[in-house]
Amino acid sequence: MEFVWVVLILPLVGALINGLLGRRMSKRAVSGVACGSVGVAFLFAVNALLGLLRLPPEERVFTQTLFDWIVAGGLSAKFSLLLDPLSAVMLLVVTGVGFLIHLYSVGYMGEDRDYSRYFSWLNLFTFSMLLLVLADNFLLLFVGWELVGLCSYLLIGFWFTKPSAASAAKKAFVVTRVGDFGFMIGLFLIFATFGTFDYFRVFEEAPQVLAYGGALATGITLLLFAGAVGKSAQIPLYVWLPDAMEGPTPVSALIHAATMVTAGVYLIARAYVLYELAPVSMAVVAAIGVATAFFAATMALVTHDIKRMLAYSTISQLGYMFLATGVGAYAAGMFHLVSHAFMKALLFLSAGSVMHALGGEETDMRRMGGLRTKLPYTSTVFLLGSLGLSGIPPLVGFFSKDLILEETFLSGNTTLWLVGLAAAVLTAFYMLRGHFLTFYGKPRYDETKVHPHESPPVMLWPLFALAALTVFGGILWISFLNFAPFEKFLEPVFEGARLVGEEEHPAALSTGMLVLLSVLAAGVGIGIAWLVYLRGVTVGEGLRRAFRPLYTLLYNRYYVDELYTALFVVPGRRLSEFLAGSFDQGLLNGIVNGVGRLVDALGGALRRVESGYIRAYAAWMLVGALAILIYLYLR
Amino acid sequence: MSVPVVNYLVLSAVLFAVGTLGVLSRRNALILFMSIELMLNAVNLAFIAFARQWGDMAGQVIVFFVLVVAAAEVVVGLAIIINIFRTRETVDVDDVDRLRG
Repeated sequence: MEFVWVVLILPLVGALINGLLGRRMSKRAVSGVACGSVGVAFLFAVNALLGLLRLPPEERVFTQTLFDWIVAGGLSAKFSLLLDPLSAVMLLVVTGVGFLIHLYSVGYMGEDRDYSRYFSWLNLFTFSMLLLVLADNFLLLFVGWELVGLCSYLLIGFWFTKPSAASAAKKAFVVTRVGDFGFMIGLFLIFATFGTFDYFRVFEEAPQVLAYGGALATGITLLLFAGAVGKSAQIPLYVWLPDAMEGPTPVSALIHAATMVTAGVYLIARAYVLYELAPVSMAVVAAIGVATAFFAATMALVTHDIKRMLAYSTISQLGYMFLATGVGAYAAGMFHLVSHAFMKALLFLSAGSVMHALGGEETDMRRMGGLRTKLPYTSTVFLLGSLGLSGIPPLVGFFSKDLILEETFLSGNTTLWLVGLAAAVLTAFYMLRGHFLTFYGKPRYDETKVHPHESPPVMLWPLFALAALTVFGGILWISFLNFAPFEKFLEPVFEGARLVGEEEHPAALSTGMLVLLSVLAAGVGIGIAWLVYLRGVTVGEGLRRAFRPLYTLLYNRYYVDELYTALFVVPGRRLSEFLAGSFDQGLLNGIVNGVGRLVDALGGALRRVESGYIRAYAAWMLVGALAILIYLYLR
Repeated sequence: MSVPVVNYLVLSAVLFAVGTLGVLSRRNALILFMSIELMLNAVNLAFIAFARQWGDMAGQVIVFFVLVVAAAEVVVGLAIIINIFRTRETVDVDDVDRLRG
């Protein structure tokens, strides 16, 4: 445990080596440094976990102060790390999944000429994310929070010569900044209220300082949630994530599926003490979560781009996590975070494998199809990921999603549960639709030009590892058997949480029925996908015409991007043009140039005095002396 | 019998005016110098006259100061004039106008 700082430092060292010397190193050396640093960091993270497990549950908190960072007046922020079950879980996900994705990148990015730049940024991201989860105060968390945002920007725009990638990076940066604005005000409020950023002091004093359900508690939590909405791509700030797919696919897997976008969920789980004091905020979190889960799923139904489909799916699954935290089931939310990290990394990496097989950057599923025989391994692991995300037992996704729905139901909010269940049907449908479109049917790519081939072992092994995690991850928490090591592990962190009470709300449906219903939901979705995309069952013309407007609406993503463009981008651009044109060039430049011209004119008038004739100077002196004399005489 | 002090003052004023006119109207640096000396000595004369009238030695002391400073000034001034003559081959002050605005 004492070596937890090593986990943090290693990726930074890797980033520095590859960033500064990478251009002069061989590709093999660059890969060695990048994967090695994250891999060893993972081992240290496992070591830290084992260290925690050796302690009795209630003592599993370890802080390590590296140095005093800011000491100014009443503000004292230490650069110190916090290792407790919650951060240990994140630590393992970030380094473990991160390591697999690094390894995969060795194959996927092998041909890129900016190989070392890619890996130095990927390592820098890993460091930033670790800083975010290991911070023991809000200020340090915010530093990690902004650093991952920066790395996200850099990696989305990795191929910055492509205009779409450059603008997608900009969009991601600006849109998350909107949420961060609220986040920062929330941080200021925390400091103004508690006089400290330290987690433990804030959480300890919160019940005394903040009134239950009071305006201050609600305000702080909602502002923090604004940051989470931006970072975790929830309604209304989700628009950046689908565009972020312009980055390399492993980046989408690491940053925009497994780790960074879950930072918002982590933030709420970390600050759950505050949320417990603000029931309104909890309700908002749950409502936005479930709404996002549903609407993002509807948008995933119709997109033809395999990566965008996975992006909408990510948004939707993040919605589930927020739903869980919103109803107070923090451990369940964290479990879905972990399970989603496995499955979505797996899905993204298999999608990358498909793109790789088709020779580059083909993401349109209308030009895929029939790849099952060509890519047997990729096809199998993709299917595992799809079924897992759909919630088919015994894959990990079944346990985590079922748990969230169950906890939501038990919290007594049937509407939220129903919407969540509907989103589960949609999830199963779009995932299997994607699978069938990609791997079944007749090939729709140009067979004369493209010869699909299975990916090299360095890309396949990470896929197998993730597939194994997807298959066996469920044993971490089998809710209906009351076998829950994951929950037991996190329990000390969330001990103050209000119980999702079976006692308070006598369940109308038994746990068994709930499990059955959620499996049924997945089954229905898969069944429809199977009928439509595999059996080729076509619906009647009348029905199709009736659904045409809905399809158009979904296909155009509810016109939200257009709405935001009209509401914010166009006025923003107009304002900028006004500021750059009339204001800057006209007014400001006018003032600056005016001052210059005034001085010039004044100097021109005065220079005549400096005639260079000594006699003239002497005459002026005489005049001056006479003037003084006359003045003295007349006085 | 003594000469009334007003005579000295009139002579001093005349000398000063001659010096001033010389400074203003002549272009030769040496003549300028001589004119300045004339003005200084006009002032000296006025000092002496007043010192005599009031029986106050301060006026005479100041004259000594003026003489010493004038001597020092002549040394520096002549050095400058010689240097100007060496570089520009002229002692005409109107030609020495490189600092003109």
